[in-house]
Amino acid sequence: MDDQSVLKTTPLHALHVSLGAKMVPFAGYDMPVQYPLGVMKEHLHTRNEAGLFDVSHMGQVIVKAKSGLYADAALALEKLVPVDILALKEGRQRYGFFTDENGGILDDLMITNRGDHLLVVVNAACKDQDVAHMKANLSGCDVTLLEDRALIALQGPRAEAVLAELWAGVSAMKFMDVVEVPLHDVPCIISRSGYSGEDGFEISVPEAHAVEVANALLEHPDCEAIGLGARDSLRLEAGLCLYGNDIDTTTSPIEASLEWALQKARKAGGDREGGFPGADRILGELASGTTRRRVGLKPEGKAPVRSHAKLYADAEGKTELGEVTSGTFGPTIEGPVAMGYLPVSHTAAGTTVYAEVRGKYLAMTVATLPFITPTYKR
Amino acid sequence: MLKFTAEHEWLKLEGDVATVGITSHAAEQLGDLVFVELPEVGAELTKDGNAATVESVKAASDVYSPLDGEVTEVNQAIVDDPSLVNSDPQAAGWFFKLKLKNVADIDSLMDEAAYKDLIG
Repeated sequence: MDDQSVLKTTPLHALHVSLGAKMVPFAGYDMPVQYPLGVMKEHLHTRNEAGLFDVSHMGQVIVKAKSGLYADAALALEKLVPVDILALKEGRQRYGFFTDENGGILDDLMITNRGDHLLVVVNAACKDQDVAHMKANLSGCDVTLLEDRALIALQGPRAEAVLAELWAGVSAMKFMDVVEVPLHDVPCIISRSGYSGEDGFEISVPEAHAVEVANALLEHPDCEAIGLGARDSLRLEAGLCLYGNDIDTTTSPIEASLEWALQKARKAGGDREGGFPGADRILGELASGTTRRRVGLKPEGKAPVRSHAKLYADAEGKTELGEVTSGTFGPTIEGPVAMGYLPVSHTAAGTTVYAEVRGKYLAMTVATLPFITPTYKR
Repeated sequence: MLKFTAEHEWLKLEGDVATVGITSHAAEQLGDLVFVELPEVGAELTKDGNAATVESVKAASDVYSPLDGEVTEVNQAIVDDPSLVNSDPQAAGWFFKLKLKNVADIDSLMDEAAYKDLIG
């Protein structure tokens, strides 16, 4: 049996193929890495106009308390994530992560208050494990992976105008708002969020209508289909982590510079301080710091510095400091961009470190993230 | 004389010096190039050894030396503007010139018809 035959497909698979996408295996799915436009133009089109991404491989999960009360579901999930979910208002979304007993990150996720339940969106590669983790640990809750919904991301400065063709009310939404509205008479759940650093939306669509909604959006002259290649360069310029590259069980949220995702209620002195896996380490690091941190890295030359390139304090490769976790060419920056972990002695913006690439030591400057200025509609 | 390799390089022989580049098919497969690293002039290359590196947004790829020889000239224009390799791979987007150790070795490479059969 070849690998191709065991790959899963999303409801938009035939559409990708008909648009001429180059398909690659990603997290067990046959996914479009690029379309005939190419990664460079797809990236720039998203920054300048609007891009449509199929992210149906991601896991959409409903968490509902058997009591039917939002607070019960929120308090149950708070046992697994260091985020304030109880205070999250209805129709609002926030970023979080599942932590483990060592304070490492099991996955990162988006969490929405949907009134009487939570909608959680998790990474494709982790979804089976995340669902099992929630089923085992969310007492008094039903955890349901939605297998019959597609997820379409629409990103870029023209995203609002593109979506407005299907639903005029979109302009009232703010960053991280979530609403349920019909698009083409299809009930969709729309969040104003994304993974590109641009304003945009993620639209959960019943699978039977996914192609119809995607085509309706693609009909707009400003909207192009965008593959996973550009999705990666967009998120990297935006300074956003990719689970499995930049964060995993060996990195704590504080090492990963994600402390902004922890609200007051879950920190020392808060109403619901701690109470999540690894709280001792994570709250300890918030108080006393870590030995290493995730930083942006800007190669001084033109060569991209990719993930796993070793970082050194000197141009001779004598003192190893850490490793690049993501690196590519940033089409908007018109140069290479990267992220990686460095000891706190070397994390000040402007510090020069050296990456080993094909036997050479290339200078990189520690940079403030993001590399671009996000255009979220706050 | 124009020859091709299974590694998707073309060679154009003039005297004992071959101009080497990557084929249109290879350039298309690689996608938009953003970085090119060429060998030093004077470098002695061996057949199938690393000669150059190209990078697209997504990944780095090696370009191998099609035959044994010495690099006599490199195309700085593609270092300055890697997109030239995508727009004109089999002319202005050439990589380097190789003074062949044994000119007769070029006979072992594919002609254009054989290469076209290979890529289908």
